[in-house]
Amino acid sequence: MSRPTLAVWKFASCDGCQLSLLDCEDELLAVCGAIELASFAEATSHVAPGPYDLSLVEGSITTPHDALRIKEIRAQSKTLVTIGACATSGGLQALRNTRDHAAMLASVYARPDYLETLATSTAIADHVPVDFELRGCPIDKHQLLEVVSAFLHGRKPNVQRHSTCLECKMRGTVCVMVAKGQPCLGPVTHAGCNALCPTYARGCFGCFGPSDAARPVPMADRLIALGTARPVVERLFETFNVAAPAFREGAARARGDAPPKDHE
Amino acid sequence: MLDLNQRVVLDRAGFAALLQALADDGHALVGPTVGDGAIVLDAIAGIDDLPRGVGDDQAPGHYRLRDRGDAALFGYAVSPHAWKRELLPPRVPLVQIRRSATGLAIEAAPAPTRKVAFIGVRGCELAAIAIQDRVLATGAHPDADYAARRAQSFILAVHCGSPAGTCFCVSMETGPRARGAFDLAATELLDGEHRFVIEIGSDAGRAILARVASRTATTDDVTAATAVTDHAATQMGRAMPTAGLRDLLMANLEHPRWQHVADRCLGCANCTMSCPTCFCTSVEDTTDLSGDVATRTRRWDSCFTADFAYVHGGSARPSLRARYRQWMTHKLATWHDQFDSSGCVGCGRCITWCPVGIDLTEEVAAIRAAPAPRSHADG
Repeated sequence: MSRPTLAVWKFASCDGCQLSLLDCEDELLAVCGAIELASFAEATSHVAPGPYDLSLVEGSITTPHDALRIKEIRAQSKTLVTIGACATSGGLQALRNTRDHAAMLASVYARPDYLETLATSTAIADHVPVDFELRGCPIDKHQLLEVVSAFLHGRKPNVQRHSTCLECKMRGTVCVMVAKGQPCLGPVTHAGCNALCPTYARGCFGCFGPSDAARPVPMADRLIALGTARPVVERLFETFNVAAPAFREGAARARGDAPPKDHE
Repeated sequence: MLDLNQRVVLDRAGFAALLQALADDGHALVGPTVGDGAIVLDAIAGIDDLPRGVGDDQAPGHYRLRDRGDAALFGYAVSPHAWKRELLPPRVPLVQIRRSATGLAIEAAPAPTRKVAFIGVRGCELAAIAIQDRVLATGAHPDADYAARRAQSFILAVHCGSPAGTCFCVSMETGPRARGAFDLAATELLDGEHRFVIEIGSDAGRAILARVASRTATTDDVTAATAVTDHAATQMGRAMPTAGLRDLLMANLEHPRWQHVADRCLGCANCTMSCPTCFCTSVEDTTDLSGDVATRTRRWDSCFTADFAYVHGGSARPSLRARYRQWMTHKLATWHDQFDSSGCVGCGRCITWCPVGIDLTEEVAAIRAAPAPRSHADG
């Protein structure tokens, strides 16, 4: 029986997430033994024709061309998994969603009229149906292997959607917010990094985006009450997952604005 | 031969020798030590790893270490870590199944074989261990892993002399004096000679103590030791009257206070993770890439995660209001029906380690202050 085919696709992104696949040094041979790499530009320029059993999609949709390309990829993919903050929430580049896009282009490019871009950076799931979203900026390679294993054996990936706090508590990491008064987004952030930053005495940056039941409003209120300046709280929510609805809500709360309209 | 009712006194060197005797007897020592800006429970080599002259300030959502300006080794309240880390570890492998040409080989995870001496267990924590014993190690289906770890544990309790601002063990009748299944219990005395008055709780405790040079406690030693916990009992940062508490909560399941707390709650699960009696776990099955090895693991979980109450078709507790109410009514009310005691020992961890400082004693007081009319009682 032939091996299932895997294709890796890039949209607006830094390549860091797909490099996680090459980062699986100890497991890489096993991965290549279990699947056939049909398309993976970071490893080979050879692109086999579709359809593909599993597509991993990195990056956000920022151009009209990409908005069409993702539809073709979806049509060629039996299972489509998005990887990373860009693909799952629009990424850091979604900062442009609430700013003057034309002015930004003009400030960077001598001839913005040569460019054909969208005014927004959006998640893949805003354009096509997605079978599973793997979070992170970048994703965690162990979680990537888990998703690939789950796909190969037709089971549900063991990827938890709860807060990062559970990971701190399971590791035995002392809460940096309670014991040091540091601003930390852990209570509203999706688990998956095994609480990397708090374990190294830094508050969580929210790379994995909102947890399944994130409460950004009381989170923002508490950070402000602890003495974090409002613009700092706003910026904390406006990084890798700036366009995730719950984080937009947190940033709006920090500014003192009404909640964003398109979020319930 | 030491008598079970006899109290003896160890000086600092004697206490160090006691820890060494436990280590020599093959126990891994786990006890309080300073780490990450807190007093954590971790592996210790001996008395020098214990916090010296370190106290703690605890308030809702707030914890800081402070210098006590003395030589106390146990001059603080409870750690962010509970002893369930040792008895009900965050992750426990259960079974591994290997597929081969000849079929499936099913291999249970090996039983734990580590002897651990718990150093400095407080009264509230001893009560929490007793609760988890009841939940996990008794009944028709005792948990073999928990029971094995528990059977290999040696408990050196320390009666509490330094309660924190979030403590209410007096209300829950679990402290500050440790009661129940300890092997040895110590009261640290700082006035005059730095010394420890030791009580014997078991034959194992007596056997270890017999290896260490000690003297018989005088009436003054015993009086001073009693005064430490008597004073501590007056220093509770909080109180939670328990009279009629079960019925009060069950009669107020639709109280507006549940929404009030849900509006502040982050749903982050820190309260349940910190709680020394919360025991909920989930079971995960994973496979390797080849599919030839499947592993089943038990891990901590929480009634505050949205997935925990997921059943076919959706979550049984979709709102945070429902999840907080489930946690608090289980802890303080239905625990009585299920396990014949409260599930709360008054250690205050859920208050200190809640990032937004939600205080269950305050929530109970708010419901008690304005209970629902009786007509809603059985709703």
